[in-house]
Amino acid sequence: MLGQNEEGIKKRMEGRVLKNKIMAGLFFLATSVGLIFLVLLFYRVLTQGIGYLNWNYLTSGPAPYPEEAGIWVGMIGSIMLMAIVAIFSVIIGVASAIYLEEYASQNKFTEFIRVNISNLAGVPSIVFGLLGLTFFVYIFNFGYTLIAGGLTMALLILPVIVVASQEALRSVPIDLHQASLGMGATKWQTIARVILPAALPGILTGTIIALSRAIGETAPLIIVGAATAIYTLPDSLLAKYTAMPIQIYNWTARPQEEWQFVAGAGIIILLAVLLLMNSIAVLIRNKFQQRL
Amino acid sequence: MDKGLQSEGNKLNVQDLIERNKQKTTFGQRIEKVIPWFLLLCAIISVLTTVGILFTLLRESIGFFSNVSIIDFYTGTSWSPWSGEYGVAPLIGGTLLITLIATVVAVPLGLMSAIFLSEYANDKVRRVIKPILEVLAGIPTVVYGYFALTFVTPMFQSIIPDLGIFNALSGGFVVGIMIIPMVASLSEDAMNSVPNALREGAYGLGATKLEVVYKVVLPAALSGIVASIVLAISRAIGETMIVTIAAGATPNLTFDPTESIQTMTAFIVQAATGDTTFGSTIYYSLYAVGMTLFVFTLGMNLLAQYISRKFREEY
Repeated sequence: MLGQNEEGIKKRMEGRVLKNKIMAGLFFLATSVGLIFLVLLFYRVLTQGIGYLNWNYLTSGPAPYPEEAGIWVGMIGSIMLMAIVAIFSVIIGVASAIYLEEYASQNKFTEFIRVNISNLAGVPSIVFGLLGLTFFVYIFNFGYTLIAGGLTMALLILPVIVVASQEALRSVPIDLHQASLGMGATKWQTIARVILPAALPGILTGTIIALSRAIGETAPLIIVGAATAIYTLPDSLLAKYTAMPIQIYNWTARPQEEWQFVAGAGIIILLAVLLLMNSIAVLIRNKFQQRL
Repeated sequence: MDKGLQSEGNKLNVQDLIERNKQKTTFGQRIEKVIPWFLLLCAIISVLTTVGILFTLLRESIGFFSNVSIIDFYTGTSWSPWSGEYGVAPLIGGTLLITLIATVVAVPLGLMSAIFLSEYANDKVRRVIKPILEVLAGIPTVVYGYFALTFVTPMFQSIIPDLGIFNALSGGFVVGIMIIPMVASLSEDAMNSVPNALREGAYGLGATKLEVVYKVVLPAALSGIVASIVLAISRAIGETMIVTIAAGATPNLTFDPTESIQTMTAFIVQAATGDTTFGSTIYYSLYAVGMTLFVFTLGMNLLAQYISRKFREEY
């Protein structure tokens, strides 16, 4: 009787252990699907684009023939766009974060700003494009220009920068804060000379990651009118412009296969820029993380 | 030392000094007063952005609905703005079809990845795999669009020979791949916050790892998991470039994933790149569609917040 039972239990136990093993394998397999597609994507882009990636591609603008087309005008457009985005979003974003972390009292209004920022982060980027179209393009009358695109993108990544800066400010030890106040520094002196420098690495990391999101954004730029056929570099804030993702989209959408290769080459450059930005962010984080 | 002090026979009167300091407002003190207002102003810009979005969408949508009846817009089943037909159902249908396909791809894969990372993988493996998986979330959507059109569609075409170049299947599939890391890392966070004592209690009763996952970890982390799925769905609804590039531009009320469709977002891009004159009905229709999209995603985001707040298990 006892022996039989033992055997039964053993059998059931074996089944349960086996099931566990099989599922463990499945869980690993599911995880690798994402990784496999990442590898496939990189492989595909590299093999398609590498043939068109040469000096001529890096130094010329859009052209009617695939052999003559290049990324230069788009790349400089993207860099100028990011400069505008960085200036506006960092000033406004960091200031908002300082207000929320250091000055705001715990009341309904502060809570409202917080909830608002977290909801803003969930608004699709194309809706920001519509906002930019109405306000910056038509009401402010900037037209389809660099400044209109830059301001739209700045608003788009603002929530990311605010949240990242808030986290960075919060992670500054309270001791530093109190020591500075104890030495007779005023509140603003404490913030400007003690807290901000201590939070700077975190803020920089967050900003670079936010900018790396912005540089690949395509949809809002299409809506606020980044053009495709721009052959010269923008010479002012009110100049028409194009950007890397816009060029890539335009080339991808053409039916002839050669243009897919041109788009592939553009994607290699775009991904290289992203990789560079993210590496800088990681470097900054690693270099300053242990201090404090 | 200034003259005022010397006239008192070189005697320092501290009381006087303090009084004098109180009376004169220095530059520093003025800064101290102005700065908080400047900071508040910046913080209000984010509120103004929200107000701006609502204002924009509402004002232009009202403009649109004075030309096209709101009832026709939401009940009509044919969308062809260039011949004056504004029934939004095909666009909503297209968006839902893409979202459905993406969810079917991303939820099982994302959840299983989360279980693997949180419960099965050791620390070393997790520290390698998690960041790599998150790279998927950082790739620009236009790149995914390119990948969908030039790789995934041909791949599916070798299985389904009469699949067109533009189809909902590859668009939705790639949107699904894109939102995997979102489901995976938010769910993993939820599973990680389940206290170990609960797991160990189950192990003590003789449960296998799998049984711990199913009967302890998943129920305890459910609110976080559901919230992560809802957020991922909201991302899929608002996704633009992948579907614009790969899913086509045919407003089509169908649930056949092999057909070419058009989503709300793809229409907005199409109309914005075409010759849409400012003030025309098509121009206003951008905003009516945009507002519908906004309501969908906002609803999803609020739902996610509600779920994670309401059904949170506290330990």
